[in-house]
Amino acid sequence: MTERPPERVRVSGPPRRRSGDPVLPRGRQIDAETRLGAIYLGSLLREQLRLALLSLAALLVVLGGLPLLFWLRPGLAEVRLLGMSLPWLLIGVAAYPFLVLVGWRYVRAAERNEADFADLVETVERR
Amino acid sequence: MTSPASGIVAVALVTVATLAIGTWGLRFSRTTSDFMVASRTVGPRLNASAIGGEYLSAASFLGIAGLVLVHGTEMLWYPVGWTAGYLVLLVLVAAPLRRSGAYTLSDFAEARLHSRLVRALSSMMVVLIGWLYLLPQFQGAGITLQSTIGLPRWAGELVVPLIVLANVASGGMRSITFVQAFQYWLKLTALLVPVLALLIVWAGDGRPHPVDVPSSGSSGQDWGLPLAGGDPQGLYLTYSLMVATFLGTMGLPHVVVRFYTNPDGRAARRTTLAVLGLLGLFYLLPPLYGALGRVYADDLVAAGRADVLVLELPRLMVPGLGGELLTALVTAGAFAAFLSTSSGLAIAVAGVLGQDVTGRPVRNRRLSGVAAFRAGCLIAVAVPCALALLVPSVGVARAVGLAFAVAASTFCPLLVLGIWWRGLTPPGAVAGLLVGGAGSGAAVLWTLSTPPSDSWGSVLLQQPAAWSVPAAFITMWWVSWATQARRPADVHRFMVRLHTPEHVQLDRG
Repeated sequence: MTERPPERVRVSGPPRRRSGDPVLPRGRQIDAETRLGAIYLGSLLREQLRLALLSLAALLVVLGGLPLLFWLRPGLAEVRLLGMSLPWLLIGVAAYPFLVLVGWRYVRAAERNEADFADLVETVERR
Repeated sequence: MTSPASGIVAVALVTVATLAIGTWGLRFSRTTSDFMVASRTVGPRLNASAIGGEYLSAASFLGIAGLVLVHGTEMLWYPVGWTAGYLVLLVLVAAPLRRSGAYTLSDFAEARLHSRLVRALSSMMVVLIGWLYLLPQFQGAGITLQSTIGLPRWAGELVVPLIVLANVASGGMRSITFVQAFQYWLKLTALLVPVLALLIVWAGDGRPHPVDVPSSGSSGQDWGLPLAGGDPQGLYLTYSLMVATFLGTMGLPHVVVRFYTNPDGRAARRTTLAVLGLLGLFYLLPPLYGALGRVYADDLVAAGRADVLVLELPRLMVPGLGGELLTALVTAGAFAAFLSTSSGLAIAVAGVLGQDVTGRPVRNRRLSGVAAFRAGCLIAVAVPCALALLVPSVGVARAVGLAFAVAASTFCPLLVLGIWWRGLTPPGAVAGLLVGGAGSGAAVLWTLSTPPSDSWGSVLLQQPAAWSVPAAFITMWWVSWATQARRPADVHRFMVRLHTPEHVQLDRG
């Protein structure tokens, strides 16, 4: 009787991923229109839209309010400040730095939103 | 007008510099992508100068000063609106539009909605708005060269289109980027240096404050008012102007086409922010000419020549050689204004024509991309040039203001709803474009053909944006809502592309 060789055993490393549903990288989740992907994208869209509407509201209240202000208080048009009439100072000069300021704050916040979103998507892909 | 020599030298120098920079840029232009979007490699600083150079047209350089001279402080809303339009563009459109990866507005419409009909409508609107904007530029050039050099008007209306054609058709977007960046700084210098000299002269003269001058136009008190006459019509006109300028900027074809030259969405945003700064700096200056003109050049109002105020004021205030040199400088700036805006518009219109008309196969033969672009360029410039020669002058600021109203009533709803709302459908877009285009277009035709009056109907048609823009938005939304089944199947994927930063790994199709 010859001894039978021991049965072969497949040797492998520990399982790298729990069995079950295959997990897509999050970037692919967004492409593949999974529910998770839709949630990611929806959150980014909502944040960016909220930010845009906030900036527009600032524009609307400040610049859009000026004609109404001058209409309701005609006396303001005759005020002089720094050698200029008040309407000229507000519409012709101060409006421009205000626009740049709103734009600058918007760009910073929008880039932060995108960076947060990229972090969220990419952390899992690296794991 | 004393001697035309300085004016001739100034115009010649600007022309030579423009052609030289354009030719130098030609060395980098080889492919269709170079011609149309400078291969999307223009950095924010260069691009912002180029956008500023392109945007500041004759209406900004000459028109505002004339309007302020005649109508006073209320006209300051024009430059503010033209600047604020970039803020609206920045927060709603800039980055997603760049990420959409399309060449033109029509490309965007087709990529978003997959409809040939929407594409064709958009292309038609681009070409019409472009021509409506080009016509006053060419006519303004005729008036300027007539006033400074003494050329007959038709000569000026022919010279500018020819230079534009030579420059754009040879180098396309890549070379025009350098030209336009140069022209922004030229225009700024050409207003800044003279106005500083003139302010010093005014302070030394001991003449009165502009608001205190009694004049032939409006009394001092009226001139200082921020609303026309202070009545409800003035309030409506001001708000309607705000709607048109705030929302119209994003729909101007030559503005939008510039956004595709940015390397990515983030750069598109930073470019827009820089543009806000550059425009704000520039727009401080033209109204000062209007104010000084009230002290020194009041007879221009009575003569109906307020549009040439910027060109005449240095000579009126500074006698001798100093005045000549300052006049030459503002003439150079004005000429640069015509050239840069016309070039930008020619590129935008030629891009659309090159894709949708001259690029089409005819009897199985098809022009190459670059050849189609050049053929489109010829059509884009020739039609408004012929119109400028044939029709009487429409008035620079008026025609430009109407182009803004049409853009705000058509492309603004298409872009905003297309970028932020998944529910937009092709029938909705078509209906909205038609309602907005027909409403504002009818108002344009009526305004150009009828003298303005004080009735409410006339006032509503003079500044249509306050009603035509909401009408277009509501139509687009309502028809889209009623045709939900027609939503494009891949809208989700497209929205992903628009709003995800470039460095996130995605299938971008």
